[in-house]
Amino acid sequence: MSVLVYTESENGKFKKNATEVASFAHEVARQMDTTATAVSINANDSGNMGDYGISKVLNVTDEKLKTFNAQAYAHVLKQAAEKEGAKVIIVSSSTDTKFLAPILTALLKGGYVPNVVAAPDSISPFKVKRTVFSNKGFAHTELKSDIKVIGVSNNAFGSVENKTTATVESFSPSLDGNIFGTTSVSIDKVVGKATIADADIVVSGGRGLKGPENWGMIEELAEVLGAATACSKPVSDLGWRPHGEHVGQTGKPVASNLYIAIGISGAIQHLAGVSASKVKVVINSDPEAPFFKAADYGVVGDAFEVVPTLIEKLKKFKTQNA
Amino acid sequence: MKILVCISNVPDTTSKINFTDGNTKFDSNGVQFVINPNDEFGLTRAMWFKEKQGATVHVATVGGPTTEPTIRKALAIGADEAIRVNAEPLDGYFVAEQLAAVVKNGAYDLVIAGRESIDYNGGMVPGILATLLGMNFINTCISLEIEGETATAVREIDGGKEKLTTSLPLVIGGQKGLVAESDLRIPNMRGIMMARQKKLNVVEPVGTEITTEDVAFDKPAPKGSIKLVAADNLDELINLLHNEAKVI
Repeated sequence: MSVLVYTESENGKFKKNATEVASFAHEVARQMDTTATAVSINANDSGNMGDYGISKVLNVTDEKLKTFNAQAYAHVLKQAAEKEGAKVIIVSSSTDTKFLAPILTALLKGGYVPNVVAAPDSISPFKVKRTVFSNKGFAHTELKSDIKVIGVSNNAFGSVENKTTATVESFSPSLDGNIFGTTSVSIDKVVGKATIADADIVVSGGRGLKGPENWGMIEELAEVLGAATACSKPVSDLGWRPHGEHVGQTGKPVASNLYIAIGISGAIQHLAGVSASKVKVVINSDPEAPFFKAADYGVVGDAFEVVPTLIEKLKKFKTQNA
Repeated sequence: MKILVCISNVPDTTSKINFTDGNTKFDSNGVQFVINPNDEFGLTRAMWFKEKQGATVHVATVGGPTTEPTIRKALAIGADEAIRVNAEPLDGYFVAEQLAAVVKNGAYDLVIAGRESIDYNGGMVPGILATLLGMNFINTCISLEIEGETATAVREIDGGKEKLTTSLPLVIGGQKGLVAESDLRIPNMRGIMMARQKKLNVVEPVGTEITTEDVAFDKPAPKGSIKLVAADNLDELINLLHNEAKVI
């Protein structure tokens, strides 16, 4: 009765969150005095999961699963859970996984707790800590169901090395019947750029940038830092940036190590979306901007003077510390 | 086409969050409740289908009598009929099971729910609901077109978007993008008066066991004060981020 973990991959490579959920699964398995088994779908380097405490990998290779399909992937995980007799299933908080986890939960008639930020408070009863009210509070939630699905928040537990040897076993779930409820027509994705979900650093711009023509310096700062770019709600409403970059309560949540807000005053809805970030820096010409009350470090100044100087100084810093 | 929009009754986004009864319950004292923002985008898209393609739009919520002003607002915006499942929304699975019973009774072609509510942020109701009903499901939906029995949708993915096709009956987890923020409607006096005449059906819950229970709450630790760095001393900012915060 091992703990099952879904380790996501893309183009054959594990996503950044895979090592984090594997580490979390190892910790849960340790508390339950059992082992952790990973399910990987079309990943090339499954054995590497042994570095994070996974003792077995169920390796699924199937062309039909090349493109993510929530219903089909949920059926794969259901069959893996049944094969292993797993009662606890660990998943990430990526957009894809938040799509499939409720389906999996209903297929297994279990309980699901997403946005979990720490290892279980206890395993008997099974209690976890999760964020609620858009990060303005935490709930300690008891899972009463036999099957438990736990969604781990991005960047909350971290990747922890626990070297063991993972046995890799081929797993061929049944993909018959009408389990592909939707058909993917096209995917429009920026390639080679950090995404808000995966990035350690996010550089975000607001209305203080005055127009989309000034976005170059946001992108340049992000490039120097290896960061993703984001924006405030007014910026996406004005059409300067796509909605996919809008950070906040009705936009994307950010749980990066460093969040740099430039020309963003810090509306409560925006702050809710970034509060899970570990370190927040604000650059704004208005010393009364609410973001100064929520940030760790701040610069009161004109973004058009501060940001170009910061870019130059960071380039120099990077060269010296390369 | 018959559409059901699932409405969650949530604290206004600017509400201060407090807990009571020894930090075991949410303190709703003085809190203004509203239609969950993600649901409001879905409701507005449903109104578009009603007006442009011809559809009947019902709204449903799971909650006690105190949720009625919120669903009355949905009726004032233009929904034709409302259903309130007379039960406290104990957890996401419970809510999905109640809504599944409503959908079965109403034979809906399309069910629109917000991708998540802004109170408990579970994001599980649309997916569990679809699976319990054996209906197709698309989450984080930012565009939806329906032609006959075929639906074409765009969903947000990490770093981009994906276009999908599927068939009715369908459940979507919707969000901003289904309509623009500027398309959201404020009920006018005529809508408010008409809403008073519309049917608000109260149904009793179906018996289910809960799968999860919030046994205690707490709040994040108070934040320390900000360190301000002079605009002409950005080397110090880099130094702090490198040596103190250790994030670069």
